[in-house]
Amino acid sequence: MSDIRMIALVLTMALVTYLIRVLPMAFIRRKIENEYLKSVLYYLPYTVLAAMTFPFVFYSTGNVLSAIVGVAVALIASISKRSLIVVAILSVFASFIILIAF
Amino acid sequence: MEKSEKKTSYFSKGVKDGLPIGLGYLSVSFAFGVQSSILGVPILISLLISATNLTSAGQLAGLEIIARSGGFLEIILTQIVINARYFLMSITLSQKLEDDYSLPNRLLSSAFITDEIFLVSVTKNRCVNKSYFYGLSLLPYICWALGTLVGAILGGILPFEVQSALGIAIYAMFIAIIIPPIKESRSVLFAVLISGAISCLFYYIPLLKDSVSQGFAIIISAVISALIIAKIYPRGGADE
Repeated sequence: MSDIRMIALVLTMALVTYLIRVLPMAFIRRKIENEYLKSVLYYLPYTVLAAMTFPFVFYSTGNVLSAIVGVAVALIASISKRSLIVVAILSVFASFIILIAF
Repeated sequence: MEKSEKKTSYFSKGVKDGLPIGLGYLSVSFAFGVQSSILGVPILISLLISATNLTSAGQLAGLEIIARSGGFLEIILTQIVINARYFLMSITLSQKLEDDYSLPNRLLSSAFITDEIFLVSVTKNRCVNKSYFYGLSLLPYICWALGTLVGAILGGILPFEVQSALGIAIYAMFIAIIIPPIKESRSVLFAVLISGAISCLFYYIPLLKDSVSQGFAIIISAVISALIIAKIYPRGGADE
């Protein structure tokens, strides 16, 4: 595939992603009053992340055992308040150890 | 004078809150760069993807389409489905902006709405200030591009096990974001459990897996669980 087509695909992707992000910000100028809708909007970011993580995280390394260990390490590191990068590196490292050990 | 001092402090507070996100993005975007080099995408193209998209899951799906010469309609539909969550986040964010957030600032800020930037901006502030938001976005954006570039350059020479293990980086980041609010609030824990469970149903029940694509399954799981939890645990007037 030519580079031109690749670039066109990338920019198409970028435009679509931007439009999704900008439309509510640009056009919703009033406060939403509905309490139920406000509650739904509060929970949505968390439920989106959860649905993106499970069950896909278990297949992210090509080896379920290594992924389970990686998840366990990420959970422990997060619960003990490690920062984003520490959690990510510890989790990758744990998965890596299992991958080379088995 | 006083006003500009205040602006600087909002901006630097944002930069400070953005640093951990940026460091996390380094590792995840590095993994993305490695993936793109495995798929044979040129280094500058993968840098362009990260610099213009700033989205983890969407980029990963888009990369796969680009690498196998997929079509324009396909990439458009995929991005709409996977990134639809930003639409919801954008609605929430629009409700929390300070009153002086002008249209040009809204147009520029929107480009930086990611899961992490969004969560930090709305959970750490009662109202979102524009200087704070730009400060918050600065390091994550730079790190996202930088990590991609380094990953794309080094990707080819990394051992197979390292490449595989890097696949978990993005999910470790998601976990690191979800855990703190779960510790604070039982309702968020239930929301996460229900959403994860529904998502698993879509994956493990063959009939559902065959009829609903992964992107739609994520949206359906997230929306249904949020609708249920909001009924059981309304937030009332209290946002915090």
